[in-house]
Amino acid sequence: MQEFVDGLIASGAVPAGVPAWVAYLGAMLVFGGVVVFGFVLPVAGATTWVERRIMARIHSRIGPNRTGPAGFLQWLADGIKNMLKEDIVPTASDAPLFKLAPYVVMLGFVGAFVAIPFAGPLIISDMNVGIVYVTSVTALVVVGILMAGWASNNKWSLLGGIRSAAQIVSYEIPAGLSIFPIVMLTGSLSMQTIIGHQGWAPWDWHVFDNPFATLAFVVFYVSALAEGNRTPFDLPEAESELVAGFATEYSGMRNLLFFMAEWGNLYVIGAIATTLFLGGWQIPWALTDAPALRVLLEFVTFFGKSYFVGVLVAIWIRWTLPRIRVDQMMTMCWKYLVPIAFVNLIGTAVWMVVFPHGVPAVRWALTAAAGVATLGFLRRVRYHIKRAKLQRKHLSFNPLSTARVPL
Amino acid sequence: MGLSGFEVSIERPTNGGGLSTEDMTLSMGPQHPSTHGVLRFVVRADGEVMKEAIPDIGYLHRSIEKIAEKVGWHGFIPYTDRVDYVAAMFCNHAWAAAAEKLGGIAVPKRGEYCRVIADEFCRIMSHLISVGSMAMDIGAFTPFNHAIREREYINDLIEELCGARLTFHYMRIGGVAWDLPPGWIEKATAFLDRFEPLIDEFDDLISFNKIFTERLVNVAVITPEEAIDYNLVGPNLRGSGVKYDVRKDEPYSIYPEVEFDVPVGRGELGTVGDCFDRYIVRMREMRESCRILRQCLRQIPDGPVIAKVPRNFKPPAGDVYYRVESARGDQGWYVVSDGTAFPYRCRIRTGSFTAISMIQKVSRNLMIADLIAVIASFDLVAPEIDR
Repeated sequence: MQEFVDGLIASGAVPAGVPAWVAYLGAMLVFGGVVVFGFVLPVAGATTWVERRIMARIHSRIGPNRTGPAGFLQWLADGIKNMLKEDIVPTASDAPLFKLAPYVVMLGFVGAFVAIPFAGPLIISDMNVGIVYVTSVTALVVVGILMAGWASNNKWSLLGGIRSAAQIVSYEIPAGLSIFPIVMLTGSLSMQTIIGHQGWAPWDWHVFDNPFATLAFVVFYVSALAEGNRTPFDLPEAESELVAGFATEYSGMRNLLFFMAEWGNLYVIGAIATTLFLGGWQIPWALTDAPALRVLLEFVTFFGKSYFVGVLVAIWIRWTLPRIRVDQMMTMCWKYLVPIAFVNLIGTAVWMVVFPHGVPAVRWALTAAAGVATLGFLRRVRYHIKRAKLQRKHLSFNPLSTARVPL
Repeated sequence: MGLSGFEVSIERPTNGGGLSTEDMTLSMGPQHPSTHGVLRFVVRADGEVMKEAIPDIGYLHRSIEKIAEKVGWHGFIPYTDRVDYVAAMFCNHAWAAAAEKLGGIAVPKRGEYCRVIADEFCRIMSHLISVGSMAMDIGAFTPFNHAIREREYINDLIEELCGARLTFHYMRIGGVAWDLPPGWIEKATAFLDRFEPLIDEFDDLISFNKIFTERLVNVAVITPEEAIDYNLVGPNLRGSGVKYDVRKDEPYSIYPEVEFDVPVGRGELGTVGDCFDRYIVRMREMRESCRILRQCLRQIPDGPVIAKVPRNFKPPAGDVYYRVESARGDQGWYVVSDGTAFPYRCRIRTGSFTAISMIQKVSRNLMIADLIAVIASFDLVAPEIDR
């Protein structure tokens, strides 16, 4: 982006006499606004619709289907409704903190988008510490949640906030340790360099570089789910235990901000995983030479991968698994994930020393194993769908069911 | 705290001049999402670990037993639905049967079969709610919806039977209100054909899920002796490995004519009497209910469904204690008649009431999240506690 503003100044598009920092700041605000309102919020909002539709299918329901085509505008309706609601600040709460907390959460989540590489040229700032920046700025979320939990002056909120703090701080460690193997492989912390080190083909991705990297991906994904407060780690807002956790006392727009951050965070998780492990926006060079089309293809590739990994898989896990208990959550982190992450770190280091140029056979084998696992899974899905259809068609007698057959 | 007799004294250990901590008193309920109606627990917790959970009941008290004295023998049947609205058929059955025992009325065979068919469908309904909401309380929302989906089909069946989906008042003194509609037996059989494989699917979905079993196994273990001492009944008692079922041990209606097993907790994943045992006993009881239903639907004889009972029913003076095996266990109805058209006294002994008295004991030193699992595993239904 800096080059772009420099170009503008050089070409005289910026009036003479305007200091360079004003131009930079203005460009940042414009770009930030475009990214936040044009991409981040719609993605977070549309994700609520995607989640509700998928969840409904998993529940064998239909889900929102009234507002707009297939209910797609439901998220807008919900957003407007939430904005029109009364903004209740409990009298016994610590009002300034209570009002500030949702913005801190939003800040942590929106801030991560600064360093997310949507395509080759599409990145707001390719910092040389990109990945460290992303992990640290998303950790701001925990500050906001803790503020919300404390300021609400509600014991359920407090429990939720404390749980969240313990959880996110703990799971930062395995997540961070799983990032290091990739950083070692690449030799850089910059997001674009990490992507540039990988190729478009699955066997060129970091996740299949060596067995330790594969394991690191798994550890990273589990930890990222925990950091994003998703089931089976949704303890901070465990509905059946803590009412609504840290968000118990929030209503209207402030409540919406928490949930927007939660859903948007899913995408951030997917984007980080895609950048680190799944080849980012890489597409085959041969595909196109036209710059605009190429950027578009890269964007679609990156978005598709990160949305699938971060959002769709997380939704699927969320509506399949129960919630673990708070002590089991801690046990899992400190007794399993952290040691495994350390093993990955050391294993990758040893691997790099022993095979400085990588082992193509291992890459191919890991890719093939993943492919076989995916095929087996799809076959199982097909079998279950067939079985379910058979049952509905032949046995349903619900008078309201369209699948009803006369007996 | 407002609970006289239950004041909690707060200990503040200050020895060694260290940091003093104090317990947190949480009021869980009556509007907590997982207290199944309007229960309230006063929880004394040290962080996430509970020291004690004191149940506070009475939010749903409606004086149903007193109402019995005012509305007469026939008129009380709709009120019995409200004793336990998740499994209303059993209360219907018990009241009608108690009145028949007082009045010496013989119920026609087909009427008894209709009663047992309705009872067992109602048991499946209630257990579906129980296992579904248990999964939901543990955090898995999907099984609840799947359970409710199947329950809807039973609701449809029972709606055809008696016109109501929740509060049935299907039983009458002397039999049942309506005969099975034409074609109903085929529909019910078709449902069972569909439902039995779905119990397996439910097992695939949640029962042996690792996270789910980790949350339930070895949590709130109740030994058989404790269970008997605390007067637990039904699946809660059988979960502790005590093989006691009113249908077998004190048979009523046509239960002696059908074959079924009484599943008991075997502690297959942990200790006998943990939350998982109470859960899995309910899953197995649904299979047994299907078995009973198949036999009943096959064996049901022709004939009238209701005996001739005078409109102004006046049983002779006397008292009777009638017990049925409800979805929540041994439900005892003590009814006293003074020979008039109104019962002199009615007293209901319900399974949830005794189960909730156990919570204070078993919840010591569990996590707060475990309390939810314990409440769910006891299958507490608030109106049945308070009546």
